[in-house]
Amino acid sequence: MKETSHLRTENLTVSYGGAEALKNINVEIPEKQITAIIGPSGCGKSTLLKSFNRLLEENDGVKISGRVLVDGADIYSDSEDITCIRKKMGLLSQRPYPLPMSIYDNIAFGPRIHGMKKKAGLDRLVEKYLSLAGLWDEVKDRLNEPASRLSIGQQQRLCLARGLAVEPEIILADEPTSALDPKSSQKIEEEFKKLKSDYTIIIVTHILRQARRLADYVLFIYLGELIEHGPSRQIFESPREQVTREYIQGVIS
Amino acid sequence: MAGKRSIRDARAGRLMFFMTSACALIVVFMAAGLLIKSFPVLRANSPAQILFSDSWSPLKGEFGMLAFIAGTVWVTGLSALIAMPVSLFSAIYLSEYAPSWLRKISRPFMDVLAGIPSVVFGVWGILIIVPLVRDCIAPFFGVYSSGYSILAASIVLAVMVFPIIIQITIEVFHSIPGELRDASLSLGATKWQTIKLVLLRKALPGIIAANVLGFSRAFGETMAVLMVAGNIPAIPHSPLDAGYPLPALIANNYGEMLSIPLYDSALMLAALVLFLIVIMFNLLSRYILSRINLRAA
Ligand SMILES: Nc1ncnc2c1ncn2[C@@H]1O[C@H](COP(=O)(O)OP(=O)(O)O)[C@@H](O)[C@H]1O
Ligand SMILES: [Mg+2]
Repeated sequence: MKETSHLRTENLTVSYGGAEALKNINVEIPEKQITAIIGPSGCGKSTLLKSFNRLLEENDGVKISGRVLVDGADIYSDSEDITCIRKKMGLLSQRPYPLPMSIYDNIAFGPRIHGMKKKAGLDRLVEKYLSLAGLWDEVKDRLNEPASRLSIGQQQRLCLARGLAVEPEIILADEPTSALDPKSSQKIEEEFKKLKSDYTIIIVTHILRQARRLADYVLFIYLGELIEHGPSRQIFESPREQVTREYIQGVIS
Repeated sequence: MAGKRSIRDARAGRLMFFMTSACALIVVFMAAGLLIKSFPVLRANSPAQILFSDSWSPLKGEFGMLAFIAGTVWVTGLSALIAMPVSLFSAIYLSEYAPSWLRKISRPFMDVLAGIPSVVFGVWGILIIVPLVRDCIAPFFGVYSSGYSILAASIVLAVMVFPIIIQITIEVFHSIPGELRDASLSLGATKWQTIKLVLLRKALPGIIAANVLGFSRAFGETMAVLMVAGNIPAIPHSPLDAGYPLPALIANNYGEMLSIPLYDSALMLAALVLFLIVIMFNLLSRYILSRINLRAA
C-alpha cells in the first residue's frame, strides 16, 4: 500500500546546549493513520514530537536545523505563522494539564482565541468535541465546574477534546496514557482508533503492547537516531536492524 | 526500639506545638499589652473621637488620630498602586520573556535591594525623590510642594517592597508546569494570550499572597517613610501634601513628649490602631484568596 505523507522531516537535527538529542532524522509520517514513536526513555521521542509543532523553541539553548514539512510547507521557514502551525496540531501530554478554568471554558478556549465569539456557536462546539472525546455524557451537567475537579482519566479526555476543538489535522500525543489507570488508558486508545479516520495521529509510547495495538506505522528511535521505520507489522515481526529486534524482544530497554 | 522512637516522636510533636503556641501567644500578649496601656486615653476620649476626629492637640488632651490613619492609608495605598503593576510586569518579564542570563543576574541584584537598610532608602529619598517631587512633579501639576510628601514616601516605599513582591511572584510563575504553557501554545495561543489568559489565572492566588506580604511590611515601615513624608499632623488632600503615618508618629515622639499627660497612652493606642489595620488587611486578603481558590480550585 502506498500512503501519502502528511508530515515529513528532512535532515532534522536538534541539540540542547551543544548535546545532540536528535541526529539527522529523515522520515515521512503517513496521513490518517496512527504512527507510533517507540524507543527507550531519553532517546529523543518527546523532542521529535515537539519539533513537529515548534514547541521545542520555547526551551532555552535549543538549536534546530533541517526541515519539517507539513503538507509540503516548511514550518520552520520565516514566512510561517507559528500560531497557525500549532493550531494545525493538537497536543496531548504525559499528564493532563487542564487550563485553570471551567470545563466549558477549556474547550471554548481555542475557538475563542481564534475569533469565535458567539455563545450558540461555542455551545455547539463544546458539545461536539466533548462527545467526540467520549466525555459529554459524563460532564454535560457540570460544564461550569473547574476542570481540575475531573478525574485524571476524564481530564485527559478533556485535553483531547480541547485540542480537537481548534480543528487540527494532526494529533500529537506524548505517552498520553502513562498517568492513567488501565480503564482510562483503554478509553483513550479507543478514541484514537475512532479518530484516525479523520486525523493523522502520532503517539509517543514506551509501551510496546500499546504500539502493537494501535500503530499502523512505527518509528524506532535509539540514542537520538532513527534506526528504523516502517509499517507496524514489519517493524514488530521482521525488523531489519539488530537493535530494533533487541528492543522489541526486551533485551535492551 | 520502636517504643523509644515513638516517645521521641511524640516529644518532638509536643515541642513544636509549644513553639507554635508561644509565637501565637506573643501576638495576643502584645495586643493585650497595648490595649491595657491605652486605657487611660480611651477613658478620656471616646473611640469614635479617636478614630474619626483629626484634632490632635495633646496639650488640650485631644487625641484624634484620623490624620495619622489617613496618612498611613494614603502612603500604603499609593505605594501599592505604584508597586503592584510595576512588580507584576517585571516579574512576568523576568520569568517569561527575559533570557536566562538576565534572570540569573537579577536575582542577587534584588537580594541586595531587599537587604538595604531602610534608613539608606530614606536618605536616597531625601536626595533624589524629594527634589524630584518638589522641582518636577509638583510644578507639572501647577502646585507648590516642599517635596516631603505622601508621593515621595509612596515612591520610596514602593521601591522598598519591589524586590520582595517580584521575587515571590517569579517563584509563583516558576512553579507553574511548563506543560501548561505548552498546552495553551499548542492551541495556537500567542505567548501574551497564554500569559494573560492562563498563567495569570493560575498564578493569581500566589500573586495576591506576594503583594500581601509586601504590603504588610509597607504598613509598618517607619524609618524611610518618616524621613520623606513631611510629618504634618493634618489629613492630606493630595499625594503632594505632607502626611504623617502612624509608625512615624510613634517613632518621632515616643520617649520625648512623655511629660504631657496621656501622651504615652495615646502612642500605645496609635500602635494598637496600626496593629488592627494590619490585621484587618490580612484578614481581608485572606478572604479574597479563599474566594479565588474556591473559584479556581
Ligand atoms: N529542555 C531540555 N534541556 C536539555 N536537555 C534536554 C531537554 N529536554 C530533553 N533533553 C535531553 O534530550 C534527550 C532526549 O530527551 P527526550 O526527547 O525527552 O527523550 P524521551 O522522550 O525519548 O524520553 C535526553 O537526553 C534529555 O536529557
Ligand atoms: Mg518523553
